[in-house]
Amino acid sequence: MNAPVYNFAYLDEQTKRMIRRAILKAIAIPGYQVPFASREMPMPYGWGTGGVQVTAAILGQGDTLKVIDQGSDDTTNAISIRKFFEKTANVKTTTVTSDATVIQTRHRIPETALNDNQVLVYQVPIPEPLRFLEPRETETRRMHALGEYGLMHVKLYEDIARHGHIATTYAYPVKVNERYVMDPSPTPKFDNPKMDDCEALQLFGAGREKRIYAIPPHTKVTSLDFEDHPFETYRFDAPCALCGSKTSYLDEVVVDDKGGRMFVCSDTDYCETRRADGHKGAGFGADHQVM
Amino acid sequence: MRDNDRPLLVCEGLSKSYGRHIGCKDVSFQLYPGEVLAIVGESGSGKSTLLQMLSTQLQPSKGRVSYRMRDGITRDLATLGEAERRFLFRTDWGYVHQDPAMGLRMAVSAGANVGERLMAVGWGHYGKIRETSSSWLERVEISTDRIDDAPKTYSGGMRQRLQIARNLVTEPRLVFMDEPTGGLDVSVQARLLDLVRGLVNELGLAVVIVTHDLAVARLLSHRVMVMKGGEVIETGLTDQVLDDPHEPYTQLLVSSILPA
Repeated sequence: MNAPVYNFAYLDEQTKRMIRRAILKAIAIPGYQVPFASREMPMPYGWGTGGVQVTAAILGQGDTLKVIDQGSDDTTNAISIRKFFEKTANVKTTTVTSDATVIQTRHRIPETALNDNQVLVYQVPIPEPLRFLEPRETETRRMHALGEYGLMHVKLYEDIARHGHIATTYAYPVKVNERYVMDPSPTPKFDNPKMDDCEALQLFGAGREKRIYAIPPHTKVTSLDFEDHPFETYRFDAPCALCGSKTSYLDEVVVDDKGGRMFVCSDTDYCETRRADGHKGAGFGADHQVM
Repeated sequence: MRDNDRPLLVCEGLSKSYGRHIGCKDVSFQLYPGEVLAIVGESGSGKSTLLQMLSTQLQPSKGRVSYRMRDGITRDLATLGEAERRFLFRTDWGYVHQDPAMGLRMAVSAGANVGERLMAVGWGHYGKIRETSSSWLERVEISTDRIDDAPKTYSGGMRQRLQIARNLVTEPRLVFMDEPTGGLDVSVQARLLDLVRGLVNELGLAVVIVTHDLAVARLLSHRVMVMKGGEVIETGLTDQVLDDPHEPYTQLLVSSILPA
């Protein structure tokens, strides 16, 4: 039996050209959702089919790829996608943020600042920030075209009316280049400020919804808010238990059924690098006894 | 000439045909600031077609509608771009639907429903938006402790009043109403009409109201246009038309009201 022979990075060259054209258009109109002919990928929708197509279209032989899922390099989704490109493109892969040239991410932006030699590719489930308020695609497109974004503030208003503060914690809407309102994919709002004036190119791919959008390097990205309820980031008030970082975004890990929990960096590479540099957290068990 | 002496809305030879069928034929009138015009007639007489053409939701087959914008210049509505038209619709105009579910966001709180137009024109201060919303709820006699409830929890009369508040919050000069009292019971209707009459006087609104209910026309409007088969058959001051109808059809319409 013959083993299947793939084109470099799985997709055929015509498809890659089509996706690259969509990407170029997206870069030319920051924050605008460009429709593209999304392909079936050998993975289910919701697993990053959009991100994978964007990565496949921009990947070159000299690139080094890093894939993260919720900040982590070693979860199923991240490992499968990394292996997928190792197999189909034979590119170098890494877990070290600063070594990577292409970083595909699901729901996080790395803690380490990105540089102008890097591209961050986001996996996006629902690209339309207005979707849950206005179900008609024809209407949301018109609203984008005419810059009618009053509705987006209705959502934030509802948050404050119900909870006393803006309770949206992820997929927090941003305005790109003072024009298009954009869904930053379900990243925590902690990451929103990192998108502003970022040195790296940021690309967003939604496979099921067939949309690509982009933030070119050094583009102004502002989070929507009210004058009397300004945008605020949120982070658990604790240092990382492993590396002691007081500034990174933390995951809460439940460690037993007696209420024990620990907080650790969600960005595994950042945490490991810090530990290798000699930083130490209070550690698991310091304020919690293992039974 | 003072601004109030010039018409706000001018409609000239407005016609709409759907193929061979005529929706509305050769309607002309002028509406002045602060004036309430009722369009009455039975179902299928072209009232709603006319209202939709006036409010740029439907393109006329013939004729034109012009509107005196806030800058004092009267412009043909057909020449406005879509952005300008939609902006007009959210600021200087109001449109009260017969079914409040069409004009409201049913799953969003009352406060946000009223505040949406303000946010759409760039208000960015939560406290001020909420204050304005709650003062409007008071004006339409909705208790302010219902401000965070969604209109789907409201009664029919309350929904209609909320829809009115949502439309009036940007202080429009012209409001279109399509059977605003349809589907409400009589006592709720009376209260709503009373409220609308008060607001119209207070704010000096110009209103085009479509209704098949002559009592509504008598209570609210200064002038009446009677339509039949897509044509205006009689027009004049409300009292004049309703107390001394000239056209046989209008006589029939007036005499068909059940005595109270």
